[in-house]
Amino acid sequence: MPEDEKWATHQALVNRVLDGEGRASARQRARAFSNDGLSPPLDALIGKVVDRPAEVTEADLAAAKASGCTEDQIFELVVCAAVGHSARLYDAGLVALAEATAAERPGHAT
Amino acid sequence: MRLDILNHGYRPGTKVLFAAVRLFSGQPMPDAAKLVFYRPDFYGARAKEFTHRAIRGPSEWSVGDRELMAAYVSKVNESAFCVGAHTATATRAYQDESLVTAVLADLETAPVSEPLRATLRMLGELTREGDIGAEDMRRVLAAGVTPQQVKDALAVCAAFNTTDRLADVFGFELLSPEGFAAGAKYLLKRGYR
Repeated sequence: MPEDEKWATHQALVNRVLDGEGRASARQRARAFSNDGLSPPLDALIGKVVDRPAEVTEADLAAAKASGCTEDQIFELVVCAAVGHSARLYDAGLVALAEATAAERPGHAT
Repeated sequence: MRLDILNHGYRPGTKVLFAAVRLFSGQPMPDAAKLVFYRPDFYGARAKEFTHRAIRGPSEWSVGDRELMAAYVSKVNESAFCVGAHTATATRAYQDESLVTAVLADLETAPVSEPLRATLRMLGELTREGDIGAEDMRRVLAAGVTPQQVKDALAVCAAFNTTDRLADVFGFELLSPEGFAAGAKYLLKRGYR
């Protein structure tokens, strides 16, 4: 990844939510971050956080609590899912930019 | 908000701050501002720093342009709280309500510069589809956007794809027009830190 000050500041957030101290295990946080590998009902909640956040309901959060998650754990897993999705978008954009500028150089001086 | 800890789980000093804001501004502390005070070492401290750098840090884009990107990304995500907050902030930064309204209604016909239009189009595509190709990015560069401007726009996009999701999932309460206007004034004066 290109070294960019803003990207590095975002990476500090990514590293903190994944690797720092938390009430949810680092393994669960990593699964929420990547939206992959969580068990029901957390998989449904986290999937909606990533793909259809406006459709998350009280019932989705209640189901997560009923499965044994504390509110602090839910807070962390939701944050991880949101930050994880944004990190993927950010990186996809930077990769596309790198490809576009690499291909542009030979033909276009500007 | 939907989690009790986000309504009541703050430290005593933070609760005093919230009360003071309500007293002096006449408006409740917006949920977006409250959230970053909840266990700030986990999320808020670094999130504030990143958002501030993305929207207020050095850039060839103006603050108004970047607030408009925040509003536009939030519109694509259908995040009502963030659309309200950043429509108000972009409007105040540009001192032009009709411009912001026009971009959110129809980007293709709105009276914005081609580089900004191409950039907003790219951020919309990335946010909607979850990916973007080199060909899309070449079109942005061909419109006169510099690679650094693309990077700066991607940072705004990342910040608001996170905030939009947290706003919707945790259920940020919508503010009145006066509440959003007061928030916009604060954000332009003090930033996100």
